Amino acid sequence: MTLSPSPGSPGRPRRAVRLGPWSVRPAPRALSVCLGLVVVGFVVAVLAISTGEFTVPVPDVLHALFGQGTPVAELIVGKLRAPRVVTGLLVGAAFGMSGAIFQSLTRNPLGSPDFIGFTAGASTGGILAVVSGGTALHVAGGALAGCVATALLVYGLAFRRGVQGYRLVLVGIGANALLVAVNSYLLTRANINDAATAGAWLTGSLSGRGWDHAIPVGVAVAVLLPVCAYVSRPMRMIEMGDDAARAMGIGVERVRAAAVVAGVLLCGVATAAAGPVVFVALAAPQLARRLARSPGVTMTASALTGAVLLTGADLAGQRLFAPVQLPVGVLTAAIGGVYLALLLRKDRH
Amino acid sequence: MPESAARLSGSGLTLAYDQRVVAEDLDVTIPDESFTVIIGPNACGKSTLLRALARMLRPRAGAVHLDGSVITSLPSKEVARRLGLLPQTSIVPDGITVADLVARGRYPHQRLMRQWSRADEAAVAEAMRATDVAELAERIVDELSGGQRQRVWLAMALAQETPILLLDEPTTFLDISHQIEVLDLCADLHEAGRTMVAVLHDLNQACRYATHLVVMRAGRIVAEGEPSAIVTPELVERVFDLRCEIIADPQTGTPLVIPEARRRAAAPAVLAEGP
Repeated sequence: MTLSPSPGSPGRPRRAVRLGPWSVRPAPRALSVCLGLVVVGFVVAVLAISTGEFTVPVPDVLHALFGQGTPVAELIVGKLRAPRVVTGLLVGAAFGMSGAIFQSLTRNPLGSPDFIGFTAGASTGGILAVVSGGTALHVAGGALAGCVATALLVYGLAFRRGVQGYRLVLVGIGANALLVAVNSYLLTRANINDAATAGAWLTGSLSGRGWDHAIPVGVAVAVLLPVCAYVSRPMRMIEMGDDAARAMGIGVERVRAAAVVAGVLLCGVATAAAGPVVFVALAAPQLARRLARSPGVTMTASALTGAVLLTGADLAGQRLFAPVQLPVGVLTAAIGGVYLALLLRKDRH
Repeated sequence: MPESAARLSGSGLTLAYDQRVVAEDLDVTIPDESFTVIIGPNACGKSTLLRALARMLRPRAGAVHLDGSVITSLPSKEVARRLGLLPQTSIVPDGITVADLVARGRYPHQRLMRQWSRADEAAVAEAMRATDVAELAERIVDELSGGQRQRVWLAMALAQETPILLLDEPTTFLDISHQIEVLDLCADLHEAGRTMVAVLHDLNQACRYATHLVVMRAGRIVAEGEPSAIVTPELVERVFDLRCEIIADPQTGTPLVIPEARRRAAAPAVLAEGP
């Protein structure tokens, strides 16, 4: 028997950090990846705020962010660009956590909310609000309601003595197909202006997002973050099987219910704020896992990866083909598609 | 059934999945510090009984008692510090190392702010030593052989440091040498003072390792006791519909079941005899 380091094996052993009765044992790789993501996220955010038609030098951005800027810088930074970036960070984090939750619960990367109909259901709600002449607030409310209703429907249909992952995925894919058809139907029936508005919203966009968009997502993330933190450890145990988790004293049903509620709300709130941005919920947890080389799905890294991915894609969409502005959903779809192809190629070996 | 002094027992158990009743009015006592093996033909309810004892399945009637309390009335994490279970199948998380998987067995002893105490560290090291997986610590579990992987799962259950350990068919999917390896390990754990309860398929292995045998058929306990006291040709025929001869195991003296040949061979040396 050889003891050669196997691929993917973490090089450094994990060391415990203890302080009195408290102790944690962070995986060094995951910790450094999370710190790295925070730094990258901050850099991307500052770049996104600094650049554009009117460049605000980085020092001015930092001054304005901390309330010491010139009036012009404060206007551009505080009123125009910062809320967009903050919305992007929060929406990305929410999609990342929602994806992490459902991929873990279904033990399947395809268990992401964008595959099992939740995002499509949110779109249906949003489109219905648009065609009935609703305001932006109505669209957001419609998206949230559509997401929750779809989740209830999919869970109801998949339920048979508890919900099994593969059943949920199958039922969800069916519901997704159905809702996509409904969405197309609604768009063909809508008048041209509504259809255009709905179409723009459906790609997923951060353009024109103000504090009134950022604050609800921020509140939702702040409220649901402790729930995610609470369920993340037991969820990792549940990934080993329900019996294995129960044998460890985990209330499997209770944890799962809390996780589902948090996951659905995060997905709904994120869609309400930015539209159904595709692929972030799928790609962020998978990317995070591979970056952190952690077994199973990790909540913190997924949230940070989602935030970086979405703000990064939004920055690219604004600058890459300037003055043409691409909605963020186009970029995440392109990046996500390429990434998924690479992932599948790698997994073949 | 009188209130037994044993730590783990079930009384008046009716066990069912949805509408399908597997066992009715079952009484069972697991003698303390025994190596109890539950055996019986397929679908006799042996795994169901084990799952009920491990509180994976809530009995429709009756109750499982742990240390005098109804098991479902105890806090779940508290039970998990006294009674461990190695399920029949568990899913290996992608890319997890042996050390990290074994460490997960400490979950019932941990809290959000106390995730890795010195006791955790010591228990994991001891569990890996006992199961002989210490040198695999940094290996990825997916890449191990079936026998090694089962030892790792056992190490995880051991790290839980429960005085009672239940095992649901721990030798299934293993070849014969790994079966013996796992059973020897269970015997070591039993000798070290643990109460072990296992569901096994192989009657001869059960007779060899069990100190207490529970024989089931069609949801009922047909016989229980020390293997050499209860395993007779009549019992085997009644339970497994198999005519057999029983001799003393040349290695251990425990009962060894020799199934009756379909056709008594005149010359036993002819192996290639076709139908």
